[in-house]
Amino acid sequence: MNIAVKPDMKSARDAAYALPLAELNPAQGILFQTDTMWPYFERLRKEDPVHYTADSEFGPYWSITKYNDIMAVDTNHQVFSSDFTYGGITIGGGQANFEPLPMFIAMDPPRHDIQRKVVTPVVSPANLQVLGPIIRERAGKILDDLPIGEPFDWVDKVSIELTTMTLATLFDFPFADRRKLTYWSDVVTAVPGHGLIDTFEQKMAVFQEYHAYFTNLWNERVNATETKGDLISMLAHNPATRDMSPREYFGNVVLLTVGGNDTTRNTITGSVLALNQNPDQYQKLRENPSLIPSMVSETIRWQTPLAHMRRTATQDFEFQGKQIKKGDKVVMWYVSGNRDDEVIERPNDYIVDRENPRRHISFGFGIHRCVGNRLAELQLQIIWEEIFKRFPVIEQVAEPKRTYSTFVKGYEHLHVVIPKRV
Amino acid sequence: MPKIKYIEHNGKEHEIEVPEGWSVMEGAVKNMLPGIDADCGGACACATCHVYVDDPAFAAKIPPKTDMEETMLDFAPEVQPTSRLSCQIKVTKELDGLVVRMPESQH
Repeated sequence: MNIAVKPDMKSARDAAYALPLAELNPAQGILFQTDTMWPYFERLRKEDPVHYTADSEFGPYWSITKYNDIMAVDTNHQVFSSDFTYGGITIGGGQANFEPLPMFIAMDPPRHDIQRKVVTPVVSPANLQVLGPIIRERAGKILDDLPIGEPFDWVDKVSIELTTMTLATLFDFPFADRRKLTYWSDVVTAVPGHGLIDTFEQKMAVFQEYHAYFTNLWNERVNATETKGDLISMLAHNPATRDMSPREYFGNVVLLTVGGNDTTRNTITGSVLALNQNPDQYQKLRENPSLIPSMVSETIRWQTPLAHMRRTATQDFEFQGKQIKKGDKVVMWYVSGNRDDEVIERPNDYIVDRENPRRHISFGFGIHRCVGNRLAELQLQIIWEEIFKRFPVIEQVAEPKRTYSTFVKGYEHLHVVIPKRV
Repeated sequence: MPKIKYIEHNGKEHEIEVPEGWSVMEGAVKNMLPGIDADCGGACACATCHVYVDDPAFAAKIPPKTDMEETMLDFAPEVQPTSRLSCQIKVTKELDGLVVRMPESQH
């Protein structure tokens, strides 16, 4: 099946509005792969913003689709738990063949707070000052090596390359092996049978290799006489984490790998796509590169690189007139909240000089708010500053191939041509 | 109208009249002051309106931190004992003359 085709929004809208409301189920990988989930969320925001789907491949679940409702759920961690023992933070967690790993994003206080604080210094203002020039030098080199006048895959040559280098630096991961990080991250979020891996068993085999590699790094760092500032050393030497189980260490490694990898990667790709779809905005940005920070926030909203986060109700709870029961799965659709016109003006438009560009829900709110948000923005800002020094135009030459996932909202490929240098 | 003095991390001062009932965060954002982001719009959900209230006399006039404010500040960088989220400080007559300092950056 050729999936890299332009989305057919008319048919998608007809389909979404023809269904009985009770049967509306936005959690389908195919909708995200074909970029046709939008009318489902549009209808839910209007007709049933807190929506119960009784039957889906992930079992029954609630959809929270409006910005302020998402914020209310996200900040009520007493009622809406992230804990891995309930299924963690994705819609699939807790299903057969998907027992979530312990990791701090999938924990509640106090354990969450303690572990999160161990790794936070890696993205402190002081550390970002150190990382900035390193990222800039790498971005420049990546861009200088790009072909001129011939098509190439922006995802592979730029988005993956830059973000994987940054991640390798954060882990102090052997640099020559850095693409293993990309591969492992993609395997973690891959749906078996849709591209990267075919079966659950295959996924587990890759996990073993991934775990073994990071166990070696732990052993190397834990025994080092000099403590370095990388994430593995932080975990291995901090009294709060040094005695955690191998499974919990691996869980946190998975969190930091995925969190630091495909989110920023897909937003970098998304920025090229959004500017190509909105040539007036591209022109505005080209004429005024001081808008880059604003464009970056707007792209993070427009892209919403993680489509949802999931919680589990710890008690019966009435919410917006609906009766959520203890144990129910509650999905906060960030991808929908970011298109809520009650909070965001003209939410479907991509506007690089939007009045309030930071007002988006892509990083989440409350105690689980993205810890790497400023590092993500920094990488996007730097790559665009360096792009404008070199290339007036990056032209999209084909429809992107989108990821089959209700969680990672991203791209496998985006083919572009750079016609000329500045 | 109560006057609030906002001091950017680089030392630049802004003295602003802020209507009673607004938050100290709104006083900054609605006057386009740099240094306070307020990504969540004032819901105590992001910690990007972090300020320091250094004068103990003024600090005593502000209601104590809620659990949520404590928690959000707990994850912010460069937190000091005088740290507050400015969205949680409501401007009153008693706060006329309040001085707030901003951190290097908002996370």
